[in-house]
Amino acid sequence: MDARRGPLAVPKVRRVGFFTSIEPSPDSPRPNRSLSGPAEAITTSSSPLSDSPSGQFISPVQIPPLRHRSDNLAAASRAAAPVPVPVPGPSAFRRQLASDRALHVGSYNPVDSLLGTSPPSSNGEVSEDSGSLFGFQRSDSAKLSASFPNGGFDMTMRVRAPQESEAKVVIASTSDGRKKNVEPSGTSEPVAATKPRKEKEQKSLKEKTSKAERRAIQEAQRAAKAAAKGEGSKRAGESSRAKPSKTAKQTQPKKDVPQVTSSLSEKRTVSVEKERRMDVPQAQMQYDDKSRVDKAKRRSVVEQTESKNKVELFLHLPQYERGNQLPNLSSNIFTLDTIHHAVYKVGLQHLAGDLSGDNSRCIAMLHAFQEAINDYTTPPMKDLTMDLTGKINGYVSFLIECRPLSMSMGNAIRFLKNQIRKLPVDLSEPEAKASLCSEIGRFIDEKIILADKVIVQHAVTKIRDGEVLLTYGFSCVVEMILLYAHEIGRKFRVVVVDSRPNLEGQKLLRRLVARGLDCTYTHINAVSYIMGEVTRVFLGASSIFSNGTLYSKVGTACVAMVANAFSVPVIVCCEAYKFHERVLLDSICSNELGDPDAIANVPLRTNTKHAKTMDNNKNLQFLNLMYDSTPAEYISMIVTDYGMIPPTSIPVIVREYRREDLLL
Amino acid sequence: MDFQVVILAGGFSSNLQPLVSKEVPKALLPVANRPVLSYALDLLESSNLKDLIVVVEGEDAALKVGGWISSACVDRLHVEVAAVAENVGTAGALRAIAHHLNAKDILIVSGDIVSDVSPGAVAATHRRHDASVTAMLCAEPVSGPSESGVAGGKDKTKKPACYDIIGLDSSKQFLLHIATEAEIKKDTRVKKSILCAAGKMEIRSDLMDSHIYAFKRSVLQKVLDQKPTFRSLKQDVLPYLVRTQLRSEVFPEEKTVEDNGKNNMQSNEVVLSQILSNASLPSFHQVYESGLNSRKTHKCCVYIADESKYCVRLNSIQAFMDVNRDVIGDANHLSGYSFSSHHNIVHPSAELGSKTTVGPHCMLGEGSQVGDKCSVKRSVIGRHCRIGSNVKVVNSVVMDHATIGDGCSIQGSVICSNAQLQERVALRDCQVEAGYVVYAGGEHKGETFARK
Repeated sequence: MDARRGPLAVPKVRRVGFFTSIEPSPDSPRPNRSLSGPAEAITTSSSPLSDSPSGQFISPVQIPPLRHRSDNLAAASRAAAPVPVPVPGPSAFRRQLASDRALHVGSYNPVDSLLGTSPPSSNGEVSEDSGSLFGFQRSDSAKLSASFPNGGFDMTMRVRAPQESEAKVVIASTSDGRKKNVEPSGTSEPVAATKPRKEKEQKSLKEKTSKAERRAIQEAQRAAKAAAKGEGSKRAGESSRAKPSKTAKQTQPKKDVPQVTSSLSEKRTVSVEKERRMDVPQAQMQYDDKSRVDKAKRRSVVEQTESKNKVELFLHLPQYERGNQLPNLSSNIFTLDTIHHAVYKVGLQHLAGDLSGDNSRCIAMLHAFQEAINDYTTPPMKDLTMDLTGKINGYVSFLIECRPLSMSMGNAIRFLKNQIRKLPVDLSEPEAKASLCSEIGRFIDEKIILADKVIVQHAVTKIRDGEVLLTYGFSCVVEMILLYAHEIGRKFRVVVVDSRPNLEGQKLLRRLVARGLDCTYTHINAVSYIMGEVTRVFLGASSIFSNGTLYSKVGTACVAMVANAFSVPVIVCCEAYKFHERVLLDSICSNELGDPDAIANVPLRTNTKHAKTMDNNKNLQFLNLMYDSTPAEYISMIVTDYGMIPPTSIPVIVREYRREDLLL
Repeated sequence: MDFQVVILAGGFSSNLQPLVSKEVPKALLPVANRPVLSYALDLLESSNLKDLIVVVEGEDAALKVGGWISSACVDRLHVEVAAVAENVGTAGALRAIAHHLNAKDILIVSGDIVSDVSPGAVAATHRRHDASVTAMLCAEPVSGPSESGVAGGKDKTKKPACYDIIGLDSSKQFLLHIATEAEIKKDTRVKKSILCAAGKMEIRSDLMDSHIYAFKRSVLQKVLDQKPTFRSLKQDVLPYLVRTQLRSEVFPEEKTVEDNGKNNMQSNEVVLSQILSNASLPSFHQVYESGLNSRKTHKCCVYIADESKYCVRLNSIQAFMDVNRDVIGDANHLSGYSFSSHHNIVHPSAELGSKTTVGPHCMLGEGSQVGDKCSVKRSVIGRHCRIGSNVKVVNSVVMDHATIGDGCSIQGSVICSNAQLQERVALRDCQVEAGYVVYAGGEHKGETFARK
């Protein structure tokens, strides 16, 4: 009857492009929900779900929160979601959920569609919910099925192909088909059989009702809902009334999408949207957008003056006059009460350039957060999860003001926020803090340190006697590889290629020479000359994107391409936590601008008069890019903590192995 | 930010002998008619530091200072006044209040400082480098009477300025050597190990230690405990820390305890420290440490104030004159008063006789009376002073309730409160103690009037 809203809601939640990256955000409605619904229902029902293996892969959006709220189902749904549903052979169902991680996409559907018809009292809301549910599932199923090993891909195709009005049926049937594939036992057959029929019933019902009738039904449902839920729904209604303009603003890119009027799904979208925005640690602010920059400036802690002579192509990246930032920030040390001193120290070190290198920046930040969490006390009348997330957000924006975050830091922040979000509600504050701190420590140990060790072990197998290895700039994991290979007695020579202005390679060179390695040092302008004698190139990475693009210190692309031209294998060493779901095609849209003076001033050549004229010249702009992107085809292999993989396999790692950090 | 602030306000300093008295300890000496301590308090307050510990030598002085603080700024600041025994020195004073210190870092500010350098900058530098001690250095102030350039008195201005000799590393962030004025009469020794480790040392004599320090509390307390003979922060503690920065004794056993931990954890820590040490260009400390891995080092940092900033310590009579001159002159943003269009401050309740001129860079306190045909130039005159007619006051400080008879001429002198100058007294570069009476007709040059 009300099922027509399902197909309507589908496009609403469909995301374009990068939004898949923010997968964990569907988590978010849960805390929000708990405010409107009875809290105890949420706590009791959500915790067993998250404990059970099946619950782990059901993203909480898929669990209709209304089920917790509706009285008749709240108690029943405690054990496992599908239990209260009068499905033939529910136990088989559950077994499937537990056994197959991807199967829940399909297998979960019937539950919802059945739910939509089973209890007549809460009929309207649930079916409405299931409508939006399908939307989520659709986007979700596409992703999951792609990761599903057997036949996942064509399944997505089938889901995508049909018209929207038929989406539900198709999902049902595909899941049905899948089930047959995976477990051709008799128990699941009836489910598969009953489901499409019911779907069809609903659909035919929908077709029969005229527009006016539908409207009447809708109104009646709304009234019934308001009466039944009382306060909670009132709030929802209010918010829906208050927010439409906001929603419209937020969903601007998908204006063409039909607006769903139902208060609930609207509210959900808003909250999801909000959470999503919160979740993205580095909001890609375009710095050529005047109004937003001004807004950000008013909020900012670090006093910044934009540098004047910027290169036009890179106007969208933040660049500020160096020099007066540091003294300003330093003299403000005591007025910044909101920033924890450990975080402040890290920010200061970022600003002053004391900290460089992705791993160390990330570790320093995490240690600072650890300290900040240790010193944190929840203010009275506030929730630790919410308040601490807000605090962390404040710290993060402070750090961004000091220096744009690296991708790895963004990933680490996302991890931390997810940890905070999934803290059990009944955990006491000291316990919660302790668990967060230990989780951070675990992240550092596992994702960075152990990963480095594993990478060293893998990469060393690629170093044979008599080889000439080239490395560019400074990467600590490459340094570890070289030192370890030397330690275990491999005989090889190292070419350290360096570039101005940071000359990080000298640091590496000093250490390698101190340990007795045979080294050659040259600058990047000689790379084409030296490449002739090189047998292998080892590179570090700042991040690797889903399409295999390597994002690393500027100059890396040049080295990789020269190596490619000389048919020298290029091996990139990168910890998996630095992988990013985004796709990067060029180094323009996402980059960082360094201090332009650094390239203008040549050491040992202090012609101040010369520099002065250069500074004042309006026709002269300095561009000091920090990163560049290397296309995947120039990379032979990526050594990561999950082994040695081709660059095309990055999405697999992001999807399969990093899921647990992000979703759970 | 986990900093505790200690203000060392001193007691009755012997350097400032005729100026300070039982009524006026050093901290309450007026600079532009405000106690000098108020400048330090304002400076800290502007950095949002409101929990302060003021350490005063001697009970009497502490009572006076405490009384002034409670009357002046009890509503704005939370100040604890601690009295320590006299003549214990700065280190001794800190030793005495050591049990009050509990923050991670201690910011020590001299109570006689008149400055606009933000103490936050020192603290930030300290934090950034995770230093054991950070000292603030500033350019040596211009001393002696200003442009009027009258040949000064016998020894006050002619005395060769003794500066600190300060050795910095090439990045100007670390302190490699410090020798205070007292010990560099003949020669100074530089530690070879430090010189070798740093590679380059820049020796400067144009910098002054401004007595704003940030100490790591653990380090400070350890030094104070270990070396009971240390009396002065500047002359003992700071040089000691600088000297021993490469063979630190202030961190005896911090990390080596957990040797029997899991092997895996150990190597994790090694890798972690390796990653972290890769973070930046290693300072020479780290290089040295990695070379001889049994050694511990600590960092001594400096914050060099910008040359445009003003920073002077009131620790001599000459400095007292200079500070008074500057606060109503070049550095008048410090005084907190608003200057008239003539660059002077004349309190509305002050009475001026006819044909009396008050030049620029002057200050007349409330209720003062100046007779006819007087001329006041570059001077500070306190509250309720009575100045007769035909009086010339140039480059001088006249404190509250002083009485100056007709026809006096005062140049480069300090007249303390309640002092009395009878008619036709001519003073040049003199100091008159509080309540002293200079008899009529005397002509004095470079003398100190004090009751024995």
